[in-house]
Amino acid sequence: MALRDTHVTLSHGGGGKAMRDLIEEVFTSVFAPPGMEDQARLMDAALQQPGARLAFTTDSFVVTPVEFPGGDIGKIAVCGTVNDLAVGGARPLWLSAAFIIEEGCEIALLRRIVASMAKEAAKAGVRIVTGDTKVVGRGSCDQVYVTTSGIGVIPAGVDMAAGHLRAGDVAIVNHRLGDHGAAIMAARGDMALSTDLQSDCASLGHLMQAVLAAAPDVRAARDATRGGLAAALNEVAGAAGCGILLDESALPLTTEVRGVCEILGLDPLYLANEGTLVLFVPPDQADAALQAMQSLPEGTGATIIGHAVADHAGQVRMRTAFGGVRIVDMLIGEQLPRIC
Amino acid sequence: MKFSTEFRDPDAAKALLGEIARLCDDMGRSADNPLHIMEICGGHTHSIFRFGLDKLIHAGVEFIHGPGCPVCVLPMSRVDECVELAENPDVIFTTFGDAMRVPGTQKSLLQAKAAGADIRMVYSPLDALELARRNPDRQVVFFGLGFETTTPSTALSIQQAAREGLENFTVFCNHITVPEPIKALLDDPYMVLDGFIGPGHVSMVIGIHPYDFIAQDYKKPIAVAGFEPLDLLQSVLMVLRQIAAGEARVENQYARVVPEHGNPVSMAAIADVYERRPSFEWRGLGEIDASGLRIREKYRAYDAEEKFNIGYAAGPRKTPEVEGCDCGKVMTGRIKPTACPQFGKGCTPETPLGALMVSSEGACAAYWQYGGARGVAAAE
Amino acid sequence: MCLGIPGKIIEITDTTRLMAMAEVSGVRREVSVAPIVTGALADVVGQWALIHVGFAMAVIDEEEAARTLDALRTLGEAQETLEAMADGDAALAGPTEVEGAA
Repeated sequence: MALRDTHVTLSHGGGGKAMRDLIEEVFTSVFAPPGMEDQARLMDAALQQPGARLAFTTDSFVVTPVEFPGGDIGKIAVCGTVNDLAVGGARPLWLSAAFIIEEGCEIALLRRIVASMAKEAAKAGVRIVTGDTKVVGRGSCDQVYVTTSGIGVIPAGVDMAAGHLRAGDVAIVNHRLGDHGAAIMAARGDMALSTDLQSDCASLGHLMQAVLAAAPDVRAARDATRGGLAAALNEVAGAAGCGILLDESALPLTTEVRGVCEILGLDPLYLANEGTLVLFVPPDQADAALQAMQSLPEGTGATIIGHAVADHAGQVRMRTAFGGVRIVDMLIGEQLPRIC
Repeated sequence: MKFSTEFRDPDAAKALLGEIARLCDDMGRSADNPLHIMEICGGHTHSIFRFGLDKLIHAGVEFIHGPGCPVCVLPMSRVDECVELAENPDVIFTTFGDAMRVPGTQKSLLQAKAAGADIRMVYSPLDALELARRNPDRQVVFFGLGFETTTPSTALSIQQAAREGLENFTVFCNHITVPEPIKALLDDPYMVLDGFIGPGHVSMVIGIHPYDFIAQDYKKPIAVAGFEPLDLLQSVLMVLRQIAAGEARVENQYARVVPEHGNPVSMAAIADVYERRPSFEWRGLGEIDASGLRIREKYRAYDAEEKFNIGYAAGPRKTPEVEGCDCGKVMTGRIKPTACPQFGKGCTPETPLGALMVSSEGACAAYWQYGGARGVAAAE
Repeated sequence: MCLGIPGKIIEITDTTRLMAMAEVSGVRREVSVAPIVTGALADVVGQWALIHVGFAMAVIDEEEAARTLDALRTLGEAQETLEAMADGDAALAGPTEVEGAA
């Protein structure tokens, strides 16, 4: 083992031997990319099929704390990018991973994050094939930021888009809402809450493939990440020519997430999720979609939460458990805890 | 969730709504001549909209949204003073999340934070105390915002700081009281109010007798209410029954939490730490006598205004209202948010002119977020 | 300043500073119980209290809660009775009208 340092220094970003050792020891020996050229050279037979399209996405991850109950920044990075591909109907293939590392960051932390990413990539069936590292001065970033880009293949015949939504289509989520956002809020410590909540961050590539096989006319799917379910639904409604009506009593929430929300005055619809997607299917395919989801661990909690409606085009509304109807709007900024 | 879910039972709600409807019909009240019931507390405004009560309730009841939103009545100059304190490099400025987005004349606390000020959101003044203990070389200032519900928490925290002899903890006191602005509204000849929904959590501290003057002097009924939808509906029913019977009394709907005479420990702490200012500036309402609190001389060391020579300690000042802003009229229930010329135009949640658009309890924010403004069809 | 949530006091954490652990739907937070201590500190354990900004502000009176719920239930039953009576009256008046199809 050539690397004896315990913490990252600016030399590790300098382009010299220190940097090569860091990259080799911490990253490439684990990710094992195909070849060590400046670029990965790749082909998958599926891309050559007539009607196939390349799917391409990118995301940066800046979550703090970097490690939290249920995961770390590396795990979310892999899941996040895999899911962005999956919700477009793509089979995820390859990821890139770029790291911006703060001077002074513990190398052991980097190793844990990389191990996490490798494990999640294997689970999701993707390879991390290229990457980059940079080191920035102390205080210029929060320990480490990760940017992942992903390539996948959308087979012929799969054409999902929010614009395809029609009144009557059924909205289904695969999993509970708010666990990730609530877990992060609690883990940040400034609210001094203790819970057993864990982030439920998960790759949903296999889930989406299973759904598409059982319910080929899935209209659209969205990852309910930042801004929560409300953001995802508003995006879909905005692009579609119809409205969306949710049923509050159908929303799957754990008592603990409800507890965090009640204490801090948060609305669970706006909490980030990293293992929950929402998709829309024609009513006659809803059962098939549900069954396909429920047969997988990431989908055991799959449930119908509402449907597309002809009214209030572009807007999301919710029938409250209480019997009234209210608008579910996009948040302007971040949801802040309140005492009023 | 115990003591919450039971009070959200939709079947019981139907019964209450039915009874309210029956009474309204009996009294000949409709959308054309509704009864004006003011919910004083911003938390009630929030509940009403969150549960869609405004759309479910008979049109003979019109909710007038009162000034019980401590963020909404925060003068811009006060926000400026917060920003000034926060921009002091020695200071860790701590605040509830509610205050972060309120615009000052130049910027909000959120914007000041983005520009580098050390501003931290806390859930409790106790967290600010802990920050002071852990950062002896920094000055921790806690923004003491709120009505009587929250006042005891800062009072008790100041007492705790004094017991420990902390030298780096101060409170920037913006505590205000409920009865005074209500009296000001009742004295306003333009206000037509038939009854009140009283603030349940303020009353948990001060009891129900501070509202006696509403019933005795102004002959209006008031029901002190909890925050679940059934609490609110039951309170409306109580008020309507009084109106129907020609009565004016103070009733306690929230008896499971509100003791008749309030909480002795909390009230003793408030009396020990605070005294009334001769008058205090309320955004939209102007100066109201004896409605704001300041820290007593004996706890001067914990008063941010004294330590940093800011606010009322530095002398009187008044901020001119933003052009075209009707915050005051909305806050006193004189007009609905949608009638403000700026609503949805110059003033949106993204670019708020006043605090009512950003506060989670603000009527304008509620209208925007929950749909009164954008045309959710009335009464499903 | 109205956001208060019922929580159960599960154990004392600091006798000098009158702090205790409160639990709300499985979420725990240390709170000051100063406002609700009337006798022995230990007496607050097991009680339900209204928690606001890290303070247990008031003990929730379970009997009063039950009384309020009972009143609501009675109203519900009275309402049902009224509706049933109204239905009965209508039935006596003639065949049930069905709402227009539109």
